Amino acid sequence: MAAGVATWLPFARAAAVGWLPLAKKTMPKPPVDNSSRSDEILYVNVSGVRFQTWKNTLDRYPETLLGSSEKEFFYNEDTQEYFFDRDPEMFRHILNFYRTGKLHYPRNECIQAFDEELAFYGIVPEIIGDCCMEEYRDRKKENQERLAEDTEANEASDAPLPPHSTSRERLWRAFENPHTSTMALVFYYVTGFFIAVSVIANVVETVPCRPPKGSVKDLPCGEKYQLAFFCMDTACVLIFTFEYLMRLFAAPSRCKFMRSVMSVIDVVAIMPYYIGLVMPENEDVSGAFVTLRVFRVFRIFKFSRHSQGLRILGYTLKSCASELGFLLFSLTMAIIIFATVMFYAEKGTKGSTFTSIPASFWYTIVTMTTLGYGDMVPNTIAGKIFGSICSLSGVLVIALPVPVIVSNFSRIYHQNQRADKMRAQQKVRLARIRMAKKGTTNAFLQYKEDRAIGDRDSDSTALCVKNRSAFEHQHHHLLHCLEKTTNHEFTDEMTYSELCMTESVGFRTSRSTSLSSQQGAQNNSTGCCPRRARRRAAMRLANSTVSVSRGSVQELDMLHVKTTSIPPQTRSSLNAQADDLKLNCGEQDFTAAIISIPTPPANTPDESLPPSPAPIPGILRNTRATAYTHDTVKISSL
Amino acid sequence: MCPPLIVQFISRLLLLFHYFFTLSDDDLEMTMVCHRPEGLDQLEAQTNFSKRELQVLYRGFKNECPSGVVNEDTFKQIYSQFFPHGDASTYAHYLFNAFDAGHTGSIKFEDFVTALSILLRGSVTEKLQWTFNLYDINRDGYINKEEMTDIVRAIYDMMGKYTYPALKTDAPKQHVDAFFQKMDKNRDGVVTLDEFILSCQEDENIMRSLQLFENVI
Repeated sequence: MAAGVATWLPFARAAAVGWLPLAKKTMPKPPVDNSSRSDEILYVNVSGVRFQTWKNTLDRYPETLLGSSEKEFFYNEDTQEYFFDRDPEMFRHILNFYRTGKLHYPRNECIQAFDEELAFYGIVPEIIGDCCMEEYRDRKKENQERLAEDTEANEASDAPLPPHSTSRERLWRAFENPHTSTMALVFYYVTGFFIAVSVIANVVETVPCRPPKGSVKDLPCGEKYQLAFFCMDTACVLIFTFEYLMRLFAAPSRCKFMRSVMSVIDVVAIMPYYIGLVMPENEDVSGAFVTLRVFRVFRIFKFSRHSQGLRILGYTLKSCASELGFLLFSLTMAIIIFATVMFYAEKGTKGSTFTSIPASFWYTIVTMTTLGYGDMVPNTIAGKIFGSICSLSGVLVIALPVPVIVSNFSRIYHQNQRADKMRAQQKVRLARIRMAKKGTTNAFLQYKEDRAIGDRDSDSTALCVKNRSAFEHQHHHLLHCLEKTTNHEFTDEMTYSELCMTESVGFRTSRSTSLSSQQGAQNNSTGCCPRRARRRAAMRLANSTVSVSRGSVQELDMLHVKTTSIPPQTRSSLNAQADDLKLNCGEQDFTAAIISIPTPPANTPDESLPPSPAPIPGILRNTRATAYTHDTVKISSL
Repeated sequence: MCPPLIVQFISRLLLLFHYFFTLSDDDLEMTMVCHRPEGLDQLEAQTNFSKRELQVLYRGFKNECPSGVVNEDTFKQIYSQFFPHGDASTYAHYLFNAFDAGHTGSIKFEDFVTALSILLRGSVTEKLQWTFNLYDINRDGYINKEEMTDIVRAIYDMMGKYTYPALKTDAPKQHVDAFFQKMDKNRDGVVTLDEFILSCQEDENIMRSLQLFENVI
């Protein structure tokens, strides 16, 4: 209520005159207020929408942007107003906050946009008024959950493995995401199959089979074919044990793994077998042993690794824990009350089944859940009256928390659907990003081409240059400076991958050629024609290498046939730095070299610029020709 | 049983059912009392404020009380904000009565501005008169010891519990005794307006401090 306090302060100070005659000591001097008293109107222009307000209104909250001297940075001398290049719709709410002292959250706005505006104007979201606070909190929580899910989905599944992952990490990944490799998929299906087999065996072994010859009684199949079932059980348990040990080995954090729900289920599923092996065959403990066998049915929960629906159900129940708890508690209360009442109502009748209050519990539960087995029935009138009240209230009590649980389930289910859709869209998005990256890297190569041409021929330079903005020019110049600094050049992915191929396959044979071409490489300048000659030589050399590289060279050849300009001087340089580049052939991901300037894709600017020359000391000359083709050539940095 | 009793009982039962089923929300009726002050010129003539000052005052007042009046609860709330340590409600009650010159139960803008005009721009006599009115709770023209004790206790309440030195229970009484010692000239147990003004004019401290709050607006 800062606004209120500020307004009433003069009145409170004036009312202090009432204390003066009573004062025992002299009053202190009042603070000298040098600020100008007159209230002036400020003009605030937000993207063309002009707002006007008193200066005092804004001064009410001096810790915000508009209330402090920070707004002077936005003051426009020519128009005598404060100009902000922000959303005028949102600004309306911000200004209302100053006026009324209460910040409201507009329900039709995006929560993130609103948060950003608040952050810009220096207003903490905690002061949102009570009327809007709940809605704000809900939307914010929902948004955060969504973002957390998205980042999880991004990180988790289909991201390619980091290059230097150990076998342990690869194993863990195979377990967590079976789609990544065929081996993992096979293992996934095999375990699923064995879980099903184990569960079916558990069920079937209790079915009565035809008795063996000489006996009348029906035997359960488990006893008739005891050996067969035992072997099947052993096989399943062996597989499960093996799987569990593998997971334990591969888990990045073993303690966390051992505490997780799935691992507990695994342990519970295989423990009974081992305990059964260990325990002796005497009669006393076999009763307990039989109980343990019940735990084998928990193997069915292992299916939750295979089924997402089960996981959703489990997650729903976990998140509705409080509602379920309430349901349980209220049911317990009602059961106790009604059981007591029914017991005392039926106490007098002869042959009544309500022998004690705990016995009445059974009746109450069966009635409240509207089962009505009919094994216990009230006979007295009072008993019947209370019995009917019991069944009516049972319906109510059970129906109350159910909508909450259902809505929770529906929310989680939809979230999950969304996650799946996001994953599918991710691929499309990545493809789009790649296209954008290509465009920008092509632009950069074009720029370098033009400069190269421009060195010799200034007329054509003008033609090429006019289509690019000043921003692009400067940016490209910057990248060029970087190249010069690090003594490396930006190149394309195809060239790089070809290099890797020749390295891994034609390593030995190309070594001889590399020495001869090395001199050529070192003499390389940024001119075009020397490259062409060298390229021919390089190609001849390359053709003499292993056939694998020939394919790629021919591909390059094809490209060059299409183009009219400078071909890449790939082979020689690639072969030149043979040993250094071998290290990096394992690398699967290339990050884009160049930011896309005209079309801003989301992720690229951060990844692109600083190439790290250290790990890749080799020089990869860029494929200038491909800049002119509009083929799909990816430019990647190092 | 007598028929009238039965009838009464049944009518009460019916009324109960009526309330139960209709779930009347008559308490939702809005009491929108709105008050507008007299014109700016009139107020300027009546008080010692300039037009601009009145404008600033009214803007603040209207912002806080859109209905144009302040009732006692709101007044207490506002005043308590300045003294969070203690309990300012009693003193605010007396202050409210002092502001509410017409005893209407609510302070309008005119009352507010008139009082402020006296307190900030009035002459010494006017200020002292206003203060005397504040102390004279029952408006009988005399301040007796009980009234003064109430006022002083209310002021000490605003200090709260945590003071240095710690507040003794008879501190208000001592304070009142000292006050009466100074103000009650003829020792008749009550202080009249003239006695009050005279005594205050004799005290230099009081005279000097009366000038302190002149430039609050």
